[in-house]
Amino acid sequence: MITLRNTAAEMAQALADSTVTSVELTQLHLDRIAAVDGAVHAFLHVDCEGALAQAAASDARRAAGQPLSALDGVPIAVKDVLATEGLPTTCGSKILEGWIPPYDATVVVRLKAAGLPILGKTNMDEFAMGSSTEHSAYGPTHNPWDLDRIPGGSGGGSAAAVAAFEAPLAIGTDTGGSIRQPGAVTGTVGVKPTYGGVSRYGLVALANSLDQAGPVTRTVLDSALLHDVIGGHDPRDSTSIDQPWPSFTDAARAGASGDMTGLKIGVITELAGDGWQDGVMARFQESVDLLVKAGAEVVEVSCPSFVHALAAYYLILPAEASSNLAKFDAMRYGLRVVPEGDPSAEDVMRASRDAGFGDEVKRRIILGTYALSSGYYDAYYGQAQKVRTLISRDFAAAFEQVDVLVSPTAPTTAFKLGEKLDDPIAMYLNDLATIPANLAGVPGISVPSGLADEDGLPAGFQILAPALEDERLYRVGAALEALLAQEWGAPLLDKAPALEETR
Amino acid sequence: MTDTLLTFEESLEKFDPAMGLEVHVELNTNSKMFCGCPTEFGAEPNTQVCPTCLGLPGAMPVVNRIAVESAMRIGLALNCDIAEWCRFARKNYFYPDMPKNFQTSQYDEPIAFDGHMDVNVPTEDGGIEVVRVEIERAHMEEDTGKSLHVGGATGRIHGADYSLVDYNRAGIPLIEIVTRPIMGMRENAPAVAKAYVAQLRELIVALGVSDARMDQGSIRADVNLSLSPAGDGGLGTRTETKNVNSLRSVERAVRYEMQRHAAILSGAAGGDRTILQETRHWHEDTGVTTSGREKSDAEDYRYFPEPDLVPVAPSREWVDQLRGTLPENPTAKRSRLQAEWGFSDLDMRDTIGAGAFGLVEETILAGASPQVARKWWLSELARRANDTGTDIAELGVTPADVVAVQALIDAGSLNDKLARQVFEGLYAAEGTAAEIVEKRGLAIVSDDGALSAAIDNAIEAFPDVADKIRDGKVAAAGALIGAVMKEMRGQADAGRVRELILDKLT
Amino acid sequence: MPEITRDEVAHLANLARIDLDDAELDHLAPQLSVILESVASINGVAGDDVPPTSHALPLTHVFRDDVVTPGLTAEQALSGAPAVDQQRFSVPRILGDEQ
Repeated sequence: MITLRNTAAEMAQALADSTVTSVELTQLHLDRIAAVDGAVHAFLHVDCEGALAQAAASDARRAAGQPLSALDGVPIAVKDVLATEGLPTTCGSKILEGWIPPYDATVVVRLKAAGLPILGKTNMDEFAMGSSTEHSAYGPTHNPWDLDRIPGGSGGGSAAAVAAFEAPLAIGTDTGGSIRQPGAVTGTVGVKPTYGGVSRYGLVALANSLDQAGPVTRTVLDSALLHDVIGGHDPRDSTSIDQPWPSFTDAARAGASGDMTGLKIGVITELAGDGWQDGVMARFQESVDLLVKAGAEVVEVSCPSFVHALAAYYLILPAEASSNLAKFDAMRYGLRVVPEGDPSAEDVMRASRDAGFGDEVKRRIILGTYALSSGYYDAYYGQAQKVRTLISRDFAAAFEQVDVLVSPTAPTTAFKLGEKLDDPIAMYLNDLATIPANLAGVPGISVPSGLADEDGLPAGFQILAPALEDERLYRVGAALEALLAQEWGAPLLDKAPALEETR
Repeated sequence: MTDTLLTFEESLEKFDPAMGLEVHVELNTNSKMFCGCPTEFGAEPNTQVCPTCLGLPGAMPVVNRIAVESAMRIGLALNCDIAEWCRFARKNYFYPDMPKNFQTSQYDEPIAFDGHMDVNVPTEDGGIEVVRVEIERAHMEEDTGKSLHVGGATGRIHGADYSLVDYNRAGIPLIEIVTRPIMGMRENAPAVAKAYVAQLRELIVALGVSDARMDQGSIRADVNLSLSPAGDGGLGTRTETKNVNSLRSVERAVRYEMQRHAAILSGAAGGDRTILQETRHWHEDTGVTTSGREKSDAEDYRYFPEPDLVPVAPSREWVDQLRGTLPENPTAKRSRLQAEWGFSDLDMRDTIGAGAFGLVEETILAGASPQVARKWWLSELARRANDTGTDIAELGVTPADVVAVQALIDAGSLNDKLARQVFEGLYAAEGTAAEIVEKRGLAIVSDDGALSAAIDNAIEAFPDVADKIRDGKVAAAGALIGAVMKEMRGQADAGRVRELILDKLT
Repeated sequence: MPEITRDEVAHLANLARIDLDDAELDHLAPQLSVILESVASINGVAGDDVPPTSHALPLTHVFRDDVVTPGLTAEQALSGAPAVDQQRFSVPRILGDEQ
């Protein structure tokens, strides 16, 4: 008997065994969304009709013996930053309220081609700018572990949807940690693939050279199954890597044996110390110890340039974003605010952009405009691009010594809603551990490492691999997950308080 | 508001002109620069668009290989170096006809740089001077959409109530070719500017990379001009005149700005004798430039490398292969063709001066003799272009038309006088030469019966002339031929008329 | 240490076409100063010998063939437009120059 608490892999197996239909499975999740999303607010838009129609089509294919993929019929939620033909796509912004794209992002095309019914679009910080989902123009998402706390961000909606069993699978995007950090604070799994591993076509760009879409799930295997569906070369994305990828599903299954003999792990010196919560560090150390017990060798590795990663990130991102977001000008789509009098097109652009963008977006657009301005370019944007080189060199040197690098995913567990809203710097510090991977394009995964002692909230364990070696994330991630499950005797999410179901 | 001008001669007495030319060439690729949308001119509005060229959120660009090849071929034909590694950059500014509010262009890493073109310039004294124009760079970028300004008195941008935007043109590949400052040209400056653009246009035609239609905007020139005190050798403050969309206008715009700058700098225009660095707009109809609106942030384009595209790094093999596809060097070609055609230096000067070099060449290639090509392009058609202020290439007469008209003459169906009427029909776009002959009833009357009747009438009207001919004074026949031609309204072959008259009277 | 003044923020907002009112300027200018101060630490970190990285992975030579592929219909293209007239995007009067 399949329940909401099963993994996506188990649901796929049940569909294959005909013990459940996709329509039943999809309806189960739609009912759960109806029951709990009032409190969680993971979704900005739920497409009951569309999801059920896709589920029915999946069942028909299944009956005809022609499923499209291993996940055919398993429903999924999609972050609202990916274009979905016929479904509203707002990026969590008022400026795109009601916009219905006339095309699908490549990731969405691939989900449809693999037969996954799309439940709806998930909440996010406006244009993915934030680490708490509080910057959504449509109100924050609440952490299912404690509804007064943030679910992380920017993809708090996708992580919360999965953590609250509203969806077995979700798509996130990660520019500086927006998949991994929400995964850490909601006790779920999130993967940022190698830059170029998953197509960005149709992903509304925040920072083009950093953005990467990836899986948001409850288990490592589920992430691997989803990665196999959405990954691979896309001729529409010039930065997409044109080479064959191994099966990540196979890597995850192999890793689940738990044998880590021969693996060399590097603990990053710079990602610890002041500002790192004790409970988070304790769970991190336990995980490292488990891996060592399973045969891995551990060394400490210094990446000295990582201390500049945050500054480089907060120059590169706003610079690229300020240019990307220029297209939201009220001329072709989106919100148009017409001021009084006889306004010119320019007046309408100014008024619409003022009304349509939230504070964080304005902050970053202005910062980016500054960083690109003549006279400042070399000192800021140019310098930040050089720091990227230094960070890449740190990674290269580290991966000479070890197979994977590890750190806590985020310095703290979930903080209270509103706590850091008007302190941008404090907010930015959440991404300290996740940002270097984006700057260097390397892949990373966050796997739940347990609950911090001081607050009983989930912490995450980050694994980073060299570019193109995403396979290692799945192998090591699945091993750690299996070793921790043995310790705990049950999945971590079983410890989350039950959400009150309303109808 | 009318600008105060000095005369051209006065401006040269006091100042030296320096020019820079920026020419945008719209490529004739099948698809756009960064997406697979078609590029045909004149389609229904917003039917040649996709998420990418419409700048929809999430859409991404992918570079058109042929556009890059065309850019490299243009660069090579202009004797440029081809970058071993270069990037696209975003030029950020807000404008409603630009879907992303940045133009994907190239900034400090152009695909081609450091070239030159030896331009054949017809000089005032009747010769041809070869002037080397240095090419700073040629880079790739994308075109914008097109706005239709509604309301207001003129249909122009100023005073319009609102605008309607069609993005079919947005994303069509452009190559921008930028010269270094062209100095020391003195009174020949306007002619040099025109000759450069004309020869560049011919080169583009020979490369086959663009429709090269200035009237449709597939070649557009911006003219930068500054003056410095005569003999000073420096560079003054420049203005950039946009919208110069015919060869004749290139020459006129240079001349106009020289005269306008001179009036300001000399104090004749009043004011503080300083040139405002600004964009000017050329008005084809009135032959003047007007000031564009000053924008305080116009220069801060916040360029940065386009992060959605990867660098273009053409292999030397690719470059060499493209080098093998280049047309002949223009100067060598001019010498070769002059010899082949048997043209005098003056013929060549007139041909180039009329902007008809390529047209004459095509006409000869299409089967006409050099003499015939010269005759029509340098007399009838050059005069027409001059009288109407039209570029000779845009009269509505193609090399194939000239060949067709001449074929009718050779067949005896037309004479030169009637042929001119056929050209009138071609200017008015009445159809092909043959159709115009038919519609206008221009064919020569070769029916001897009709001619005979007309000759009889003439003999009757001028009996003493007829007597002279009978007496053997054959030269007198001219008067009778004239009368016959008049009665036949020109539609007769004068030679045949003469034969018939002599038959009758001798 | 860079200080970003209220006037500079106003200028940047103008460049970015955002009509910030006085209250917003008062609110944002000090925050931006703090952010800028913290990112300014990057100055001088990398010397002239360090090349900039614009792409994490050094791909080059990514092109498409020059073939026409299906795009949007005019109806699709205009579907999100705030105003449409004569199958075109209707926009308020445009100040300034034709580009």
